[in-house]
Amino acid sequence: MIKVQNLVKIFGPKRAVDGISFSVERGEVLGFLGPNGAGKSTSMRMITGFIPPNEGTVTVGGFDMVENPIPAKRLIGYLPENAPAYTDMTVSGFLNFSAEIRGLRGDAKKKAVARAIEMCFLEAVQYQSVETLSKGFRHRTCFAQSIIHDPDVLVLDEPTDGLDPNQKHEIRNLIRRMGEKKAIIFSTHILEEVDAVCSRAIIIDRGRIVANGTPAELRQKSEWAGAVTLRVTGVNAAAVTQKLANLPTVKRATILKEDATGVTARAFPKPGINGTLAHSVADAAQGWRIEELHTEEGRLDEVFRSITMPDTGKESKQ
Amino acid sequence: MNTFANIKTITKRELGAYFSSPIAYVFLVIFLLLCGFFTFFVGTGMGTYFKRDDASMITFFLWHPWFYLFLVPAVGMRLWAEERRVGTLELLMTMPITAWQAIVGKFLASWLFLGLALLLTVPLWITTNYLGQPDNGVIFTAYVGSWLMAGAYLAISCITSAMTRSQVVSFVIALVICLFLILCGYPPVIDFLGQAVKPWFVSMITSLSVMTHFDGFQKGVLDSRDVIFFLSIIVFSLFTTSVILRGHRAG
Repeated sequence: MIKVQNLVKIFGPKRAVDGISFSVERGEVLGFLGPNGAGKSTSMRMITGFIPPNEGTVTVGGFDMVENPIPAKRLIGYLPENAPAYTDMTVSGFLNFSAEIRGLRGDAKKKAVARAIEMCFLEAVQYQSVETLSKGFRHRTCFAQSIIHDPDVLVLDEPTDGLDPNQKHEIRNLIRRMGEKKAIIFSTHILEEVDAVCSRAIIIDRGRIVANGTPAELRQKSEWAGAVTLRVTGVNAAAVTQKLANLPTVKRATILKEDATGVTARAFPKPGINGTLAHSVADAAQGWRIEELHTEEGRLDEVFRSITMPDTGKESKQ
Repeated sequence: MNTFANIKTITKRELGAYFSSPIAYVFLVIFLLLCGFFTFFVGTGMGTYFKRDDASMITFFLWHPWFYLFLVPAVGMRLWAEERRVGTLELLMTMPITAWQAIVGKFLASWLFLGLALLLTVPLWITTNYLGQPDNGVIFTAYVGSWLMAGAYLAISCITSAMTRSQVVSFVIALVICLFLILCGYPPVIDFLGQAVKPWFVSMITSLSVMTHFDGFQKGVLDSRDVIFFLSIIVFSLFTTSVILRGHRAG
């Protein structure tokens, strides 16, 4: 549904977006990750046709966003960053306007507005002026606007920003449910959200795509993926590290904690040794009293840090 | 068909926005008070409404270029500045409408609003007809001219509103431009210019003035040149607005 090819946006001396390409099909929820200023919002603004790219093309449902913007825009629902809405209107007035500008009239309009109000839990405030709403309600009002015409493509810029945990949960469920039938792109810097909602994630940094895959694939890039944590009693730390480090499958071993009751150590696997490290560590630990032994899953935040901050990322690794 | 539907939707929203805030009511009341006060109490070379002893509304229309100078930029200043400040411009420009439909829709809403303000002065016309036998053709063309002039000021306010996020800046710049359009046809200024520069230059300057072109309407002359003058200011200004808006988006 969405095809982005070699997108470039230059602001003065800065290449805010520098050659991004990807595509999103129906039934996919693509998470857009990246540090602040990486070019997430700029990319989304180009995808939705708000700003024209300097180079590259965006096609939505086969329509080029620059050559043929009106049919392309018709397919998209867009929640901009900070969720703007006309403050002088009531919630239902604003949604009626959005429905009308999307070409809905009469009964179809009434139904669409009622449906959006119900889906975004806005019944309580529908006759209230947008100006008087709390941030969460205002956010959901703008979200309701983006789904009012039941679009095939949804572009959501930080849809859960500024919501409380319950509202976050509701919105995530909503996105996941809609993701079954639509093509969705959403940006976030909350990494749990990627696991909770996305079928695929892209990490961008300084305007370039630095990682692209399913959340599980991304996690595999973590040095932690497949590492084994071990807690034993009755031996000293040096003996533990030495024994673990000498295993042929172990790249390196570190001590996490050492106190009177025992030693906690972690062994990192050599590349290509996946999932089987626990066996060899358990064999090596024979004779010690094992209190705890488990294989770590990769951690997205660690992958995120090591990819987007290559220099400082290493220091913070265990 | 679709174009008109989109323009209508935008126009309806904008008109709603005026009336859901105090702007509309404050504007209407001040406009009507000013009209009443100046028409009846403030004399010029032509005298005041009653002292002229003549059934005409000339003392009413005379002041319009000056009222509009302050009031029209106040009506137009929020059109784009507010959209940019709040961020709704991003919403509007990613909806399936063209920039032109949005520009025309917004302009029409404000222009209709100014038309409504003018319509509310109809009691003065009734009064004039009650007191004497005015030439209603002259009054009609003067109303048309006044509305066209308001449209020209308004279109200029659209440009200045698109230029900035700040409504105050938009107001001040629009006021200065409109003041220029008045002054270059204002007799004292023309006299002064006449001493300093060649006559052809003076006539070029005065032909740019709204005063010169409004004059005909007040006298009951519906000259196509005057109509085209105001309409061309409107079209040119709206076109400039679209260029400025495109410039913002291109970054």
